[in-house]
Amino acid sequence: MEFDPLLISRIQFAFVVSFHAIFPVFTIGLASYIALLEGLHFKTGNPAWAQLSRFWTKVFAVAFGMGVVSGIVMSFQFGTNWSNFAQMSANFLGPILSYEVVTAFFLEAAFLGVLLFGRDKVPRGTHLFAAIMVALGTFISSFWILVANSWMHTPAGVEFQDGMLHVRSWAEAIFNPSFPYRFTHMAVASFLTGSFVVAGVSAWYLLKGHMVEANRKALSMCLWMILFLAPAQAVIGDFHGINTLEYQPIKVAAMEGNWERQAGAPLLLFALPDQAAQENRFEIGIPKLASFILTHDANGVIPGISEVAPQDQPPVSIVFWSFRIMVGIGFLMIAFGIWGLVLRLRGRLYEPGFFHRVLPLMIAAPFVAVLAGWFTTESGRAPWLVYGMINFSEGVTPSLTGWMAMVSLVGYMSVYAVVYASGGYYLWRLVQGGMADVEPGSSEPGAHPKRPLSAGGPIGDTAPAAPARGDWT
Amino acid sequence: MIDFTMIWAIIIAFGVIMYVLMDGFDLGVGILYPFAPDEESRDVMMNSVAPVWDGNETWLVLGGAGLLGAFPLVYSVLLPALYLGVFLLLAGLIFRGVAFEFRFKASPAKKGWWSAAFAGGSTVAALAQGIVVGAYIQGFETENFAYVGGAFDWLTPFSVLTGIGLVLGYALLGSTWLIMKTEGPVQEWAYRLTPKLLGGVLGVFLIISFWTPLVDEFVRDRWFSHLFSIWLLPAGALACAWLILRSVRNRAEGLPFVATMGLFIFTYLGLLASKWPYVVPPDYTLYDAASARESQMFLLLGVLFVIPVVLAYTAWTYWVFRGKVRPGEGYH
Repeated sequence: MEFDPLLISRIQFAFVVSFHAIFPVFTIGLASYIALLEGLHFKTGNPAWAQLSRFWTKVFAVAFGMGVVSGIVMSFQFGTNWSNFAQMSANFLGPILSYEVVTAFFLEAAFLGVLLFGRDKVPRGTHLFAAIMVALGTFISSFWILVANSWMHTPAGVEFQDGMLHVRSWAEAIFNPSFPYRFTHMAVASFLTGSFVVAGVSAWYLLKGHMVEANRKALSMCLWMILFLAPAQAVIGDFHGINTLEYQPIKVAAMEGNWERQAGAPLLLFALPDQAAQENRFEIGIPKLASFILTHDANGVIPGISEVAPQDQPPVSIVFWSFRIMVGIGFLMIAFGIWGLVLRLRGRLYEPGFFHRVLPLMIAAPFVAVLAGWFTTESGRAPWLVYGMINFSEGVTPSLTGWMAMVSLVGYMSVYAVVYASGGYYLWRLVQGGMADVEPGSSEPGAHPKRPLSAGGPIGDTAPAAPARGDWT
Repeated sequence: MIDFTMIWAIIIAFGVIMYVLMDGFDLGVGILYPFAPDEESRDVMMNSVAPVWDGNETWLVLGGAGLLGAFPLVYSVLLPALYLGVFLLLAGLIFRGVAFEFRFKASPAKKGWWSAAFAGGSTVAALAQGIVVGAYIQGFETENFAYVGGAFDWLTPFSVLTGIGLVLGYALLGSTWLIMKTEGPVQEWAYRLTPKLLGGVLGVFLIISFWTPLVDEFVRDRWFSHLFSIWLLPAGALACAWLILRSVRNRAEGLPFVATMGLFIFTYLGLLASKWPYVVPPDYTLYDAASARESQMFLLLGVLFVIPVVLAYTAWTYWVFRGKVRPGEGYH
């Protein structure tokens, strides 16, 4: 059987980058949260903040570790599978990715060591400083990587010379047209992800009556964040869409499932795009709403997918549906923010109830939304690697054969299956084990009194010294 | 006119040796894992590198990104040429990287699996890196600035030998690191292991030295006809080897590690001097492989300011975690 190295390389990139992306999006938000908790503890001395910080730092360590190892893979993908693209775009992407390493990765790595292992080795202020540096590192990292990614969507400041892109203006290339929107959208997504994870776990602990004081504080903070950030994200997303309409009109056409250019385009709630027939097979829509959202004019003109030849079109179904999944979850998030506010106003935010049972289920939501968003924007760029400049077949490694690509794809899938299943399991157990073992003062490794919440009734704030990890595997 | 390409060659060469020395010792600790006296020793060994391994590995990412930024041809020829080897390298690094977190979270029954993942991943990664060195000495088949060779050109008896050499070399860095960072039974074990590892390293070193001029005419010419001062470098390496032996016999704690780093640096300089100025042998030099001048300059501006800061806080974290690692201490 003959494999197509180009197609397999695309699948491989989608696979490794998707598995990588879910960790940074969580750790960027969580790093800031930990820095905030450390700061609050430093300022008030309230042990509840320290309990929260210690617990979430452990979760952070596992998630960050998985982000690091999957990130190392990313830094070689351009060379192994897309070497012509690497060579052509190196004059811009090389320096940008190098800046990410020297300004962010080293900062995160060095201070993470102090954050995780140095609590008893450095003064408290220095430990707080380390937490802030880790959080700062995650942001600097996302700045550079989104510069690189945005430039691939809306390239600027470069020109071709002898088969390689040369940078004409660094300012234009770095602050390219889609960068401000993408960066803001992603930063807010990270905070929302962190908020939903912490809120979900806190709600679950409140249901169990575990560490009530600390978890009330955490739940309250996160719900405030969600209340304001979820609607803000919708507004940012709207601006991002308008920017995309200007620079990547065909992507927007695919997001809307709009095949022919038209004024007063409907917002399709449901459709089955048929790329072969260049039309939708079934659709339900709200008249004129797409035009109104995108152009802020009910009779505004929306471009059509058919304006470019079929081989230059993105895969419409993927773009269309992942966009709807992202937006749908976005509205769900807004609803949860409001629900939390209503409970708060009625003074029932901390009373274990239906809300607290549903909230843990929402932990998955931001991750799905983020992946769906990335699928929308990345698939929507097809068939271009650098929009309008370098396409997939120009960029792929010429010496790569189908079976080599297949070996590495199957290899990565197997490795990630083992690593991520284990990681997910240990994270689950970490949460299940509760926060009791992270009481200040007990820093003995391997000897934390730990007791599974599922094994019995509620665990009070004073944890009994149950046997350690060995007894519940 | 400033020769940015030369400056970048020096920066990248510095980054590579930083990676080799720093990730070398923590990979070496992993390679030695199966031979450790007991589980408690393994805990101590892992804790001795746990706070710093992530920073050490970041030098590899810098190597990848820095090559793309300054010498894109190296990046876009070597990675396709080494495609399957790169996968093995990364798979190894993934398993040993997550083992740091997972091993301490696993139940006693499963802990052994993550010890094995740590050891196996470290060994495979070291072997793959050593094979890269061998493949680099052999050279790459290129046409018109792209790799045109086969999928397994990198896998030869010669490159496997350089692979084994690097595994032993990293293990030596690991054992001397443990001499410095531990005490009691672990340290005693490392003291006994070090001369054996050194013997292995020197053995491979010797074979490679005889073999390299046979596989590579360019190197033969350089060694025997043109540049006799190059012989100072292996002489320096041998002096370091002698120093390792002597300091281990005297039960010195820091000197064996420092001397091992010296051994690596002399060997590395010897390799560079043998191949200079070819970065994609046998066809392309530094200057063929360089990125655009404005890109080199843009990146240099930042790197000149940032790298010293990186070195400063990296040194500071090593200072924070100075001294001996004791059983039961260290994990967050």
